[in-house]
Amino acid sequence: MSAATLTPATPTSARPQVRRSFVRDTRIVLLRELRPVARDPFSLLFGLIQPLVFLGLFGPLLVGSAGATLGSDVWLWFVPAVLAMTTLFGSSVTGSNLQLDISSGVHERMLVTPLSRSAQLVGRALKEMVPVLAQSAVVLLVMLPFGLRPNPLGAVLTLLQLAVLGIGVGALSYSLALAVRKQEWMFWVVQQTVLFPVMLLSGMLLPLETGPAWMRAVSTVNPLRYVVDSGRAAFAGDLASSAVAWGWVAAVVTAAVGLTVGVRAMVRSAD
Amino acid sequence: MIRTRALTKDFVVSRTRTVHAVRGISLDVEPGELVAVLGPNGAGKTTTLRMLTTLIQPTSGTAEVAGYDVVERPDRVRAAIGYVGQGGAGGAAQHVRDELVTQGEIYGLDRRTARARAGELLEALDLTEQADRKVESLSGGQKRRLDVAVGLVHEPSLLFLDEPSTGLDPHNRANLWEHILRMRTAAAEPRTIVLTTHYLDEADTFAERVIVVDGGQVIADDTADALKAELAGDLVTLRVPAEHVADLAAIAERAPGTRSVHVADDFGVRTVEIRTADGPGATPGLLRAADAAGLLVSRVDVARPTLDDVFLGLTGRSLRETGVDGAGPDEPADTPTATAAPTKKEVPA
Repeated sequence: MSAATLTPATPTSARPQVRRSFVRDTRIVLLRELRPVARDPFSLLFGLIQPLVFLGLFGPLLVGSAGATLGSDVWLWFVPAVLAMTTLFGSSVTGSNLQLDISSGVHERMLVTPLSRSAQLVGRALKEMVPVLAQSAVVLLVMLPFGLRPNPLGAVLTLLQLAVLGIGVGALSYSLALAVRKQEWMFWVVQQTVLFPVMLLSGMLLPLETGPAWMRAVSTVNPLRYVVDSGRAAFAGDLASSAVAWGWVAAVVTAAVGLTVGVRAMVRSAD
Repeated sequence: MIRTRALTKDFVVSRTRTVHAVRGISLDVEPGELVAVLGPNGAGKTTTLRMLTTLIQPTSGTAEVAGYDVVERPDRVRAAIGYVGQGGAGGAAQHVRDELVTQGEIYGLDRRTARARAGELLEALDLTEQADRKVESLSGGQKRRLDVAVGLVHEPSLLFLDEPSTGLDPHNRANLWEHILRMRTAAAEPRTIVLTTHYLDEADTFAERVIVVDGGQVIADDTADALKAELAGDLVTLRVPAEHVADLAAIAERAPGTRSVHVADDFGVRTVEIRTADGPGATPGLLRAADAAGLLVSRVDVARPTLDDVFLGLTGRSLRETGVDGAGPDEPADTPTATAAPTKKEVPA
């Protein structure tokens, strides 16, 4: 009878106190988040619909209109932007997964365990690297037959930079989910309201150089702009450029801000 | 195992409105007790449980759980207790076994021990067949059993269950209880179990101690039998023609042992309900008096009290009416502070 095996060898109170480590807790959360993805990797393809639509339906327009100025490098200009877009779209909605866990009770279950609150946020945010890297790799592979020839090292570094950005955007998305947990619908209102200005003010779709001065001014505080510029420089092989350096600064700052805000939101998320 | 003193929790809803969800609860729960906290939605049951499980901080007062203060050492409290919340514990896309293994790891088990422990629990809670399925594919009863398994992974000596059987059909409720009671005695020392419920029969049948909460306060605390004997009494129901109702009610008021008299109108059939200390003993006298007065009693029913009668006796409200649905599962609705009204007399003309 299994009940007999349930008898603990020592009473709970006499058990040695478990040594908790932030790294171990983070790993538990990260692996738990990755398990459904690993089991069903094709679920990642859904996140690719949007970028592929842009590549297929916007790319040709761009070739037609800006091809004259960008020349044959139009894909080197546009594909890094699409990768940044993939990161932005994918990671900014990840908070909805946490919303599901909040409404179902999974989040509460975790809060009652000794699992560190910070680890619960950091583990979830780190997981964002996986869809970002997988989806970006697919976009690159899809574009190779269409004549995309990025600098290989530049492409790899850009993917890593986007993974860091994804951690930050994901953490901010979780923060939003935690902040609006009592009015769930607010999540999508805020996410959509922020998403498109951030996207357009990054120079992702059309060059900002052709826009008015005020747009260029606003874009200087948009971290995504630096990541997009960095990707374009790196794809073109300009690895030592200041654009790439600024891209890393923007990605790391976004991750740092996102994690800080997220951890604070997580710690206060039980009320 | 649990010790609270003057525990309160206020929720500030807006600048002008503060809800006093819990208004000074002092409780002692000894190791091994099986305690049901009973009360309508908004009574403060869940809020109290959330304070005891470190999810929210008390506004004032103190609470010690498993030997540790919930505010000073929430980490120690969390390591010692198991918690089965109102919601589900399993992530929809996760496999049943994985959730148990993860939970074991969270409590510090290494992967191998966690896997072994998960296997034991799957077997003990009849989930072996579902072990490698996604949580979202489970039935309601299976999900709830998984929730209980998740709460028991680390062999807690104290288990909190927040409305464990809400939403389950009677068959699944009975099945869940069978498992809970078996898991309770499966431990070396009987586990302490604290549960909230608004199912009266559940508290009545399974709990060894019933704490009745209303308006954020404990209004009664004893065994179900003692509560019923002291606070409710038996219910004698007499059916008479409509024109005799008032006379019979008057006779019943004067009968020895009568605590309250109520005239009920059940779709046109009027009955006189008499709450009395000893129903079977009082009935012959009532019938003789009715006969002498020429009142035609056509039907007699004597019922032992239920916990709902206890609640009715304490608050003047029925738990069935207030408890079944409200703003939500224990939303901090502002229920007026109930004062214990010992008896209720109402005789509509």
